[in-house]
Amino acid sequence: MAQVSAQQDDASHEMGMHTEQLSGRTQQVFFNLDEEGGFAYPDSFEVDFNKRAELDASNMGPKEVNAGIRELMKEGNGTIVLKNPGAKHSIGVGILNKLNLIIEGSLGYFGCGLVDGPNIRISGRVGWSCAENMMAGSVVIEKNAGSTFGAALRGGDLVCKGSVGSRTGIDMKGGNIIVGGDTGAFSGFMMQRGRMVVCGNAGKNLGDSMYDGTIYIGGKIADLGVDAVPGELTDLDKQWLTRKLKMYEILPEKGVDHFTKIVAGKQLWNYDNLEPTEKKLIL
Amino acid sequence: MANDNDVDKFIKGDGLDSEREKTIGQHIGYRYDVNLLPDYERLTPFLKNYLEFMGWDDLNWLEDIHMGYEDGRPAVFDRNINGWVGIPTDVELPDNQQDRDMMARELLIKFQMSPKHPMVQLNKAYRKF
Repeated sequence: MAQVSAQQDDASHEMGMHTEQLSGRTQQVFFNLDEEGGFAYPDSFEVDFNKRAELDASNMGPKEVNAGIRELMKEGNGTIVLKNPGAKHSIGVGILNKLNLIIEGSLGYFGCGLVDGPNIRISGRVGWSCAENMMAGSVVIEKNAGSTFGAALRGGDLVCKGSVGSRTGIDMKGGNIIVGGDTGAFSGFMMQRGRMVVCGNAGKNLGDSMYDGTIYIGGKIADLGVDAVPGELTDLDKQWLTRKLKMYEILPEKGVDHFTKIVAGKQLWNYDNLEPTEKKLIL
Repeated sequence: MANDNDVDKFIKGDGLDSEREKTIGQHIGYRYDVNLLPDYERLTPFLKNYLEFMGWDDLNWLEDIHMGYEDGRPAVFDRNINGWVGIPTDVELPDNQQDRDMMARELLIKFQMSPKHPMVQLNKAYRKF
């Protein structure tokens, strides 16, 4: 392992990664507006949604399952059905590809984390931190989910048709978390961006210390956390909510007019101190 | 300073509104409506094809992408490099924020998926498996 690290370290030095190689160079050379294609990451697998394969996880460990999914994508399968996942942890993680992944059963902790692009359907339940750090795509869970659902979510749609535990969407930085049932305490804690929709009730300290983003609650709110304040539900909000909830077949019969919108009071804003440190790239 | 409702506010003016911006002499790029919802009637042909390719029913993560203005120039934030990517100067900007956001989404996808994106080099250097 140490040898691999040393080789990587050498490679990164040879490639100039440690010498600010971007300084003094314009990014315009990297970028051509008329460039054709470009719908997938350069090193992703070419898969066809109509090519389907099955994987039985009964006698496999999480590493083998994830390697198996990768191997099937390598063979061009765009639809993969995972059978008997057995609530194993860390299944379906790190998929940076377009893919339809159908999981027949339940997942343990950290299922479908760090994904960027796939559409995943899970027929059972999921444990803690499902889809944490998800970048893009969709994950739809038919039953209930554990705590820290969608922790640090960055993009995409994370949907649970049942109820979820506490600290849902903790530190989320984008994307949408949609819950058909109820959510527990401290949901939206330190939320920075994105949207959370809960059709049922919300537990204590909703949106505690949220910096930005929007929370929509269809039921009762036990109480609001620090710096979480009610906002005005606009027609645009209603249109968006209706479209999204219809898309995942959980639009309440009475519509969305009764939803409460919660936003940040912005008393905790501290972006100003962070911004000057951001690296700027000029085209 | 330019009008608050002017779509070119941060291009015409210096964008230095808050005390902090004046102190550091730099416009803070996040100071626009990050929660602005997209108008789906303004999808570009490229974006329509992209959504079909990915098998998505809507813009998905791209709903959070907007055209920002950095140092008086239009730009889009690329989370994969944690930096602003300037819009090429020869590109004519639409006269409304919705169309500009669609343009930003298209440019960002083209940039991220390009084999010349900086992440490709980083991937080669650091990937573990």
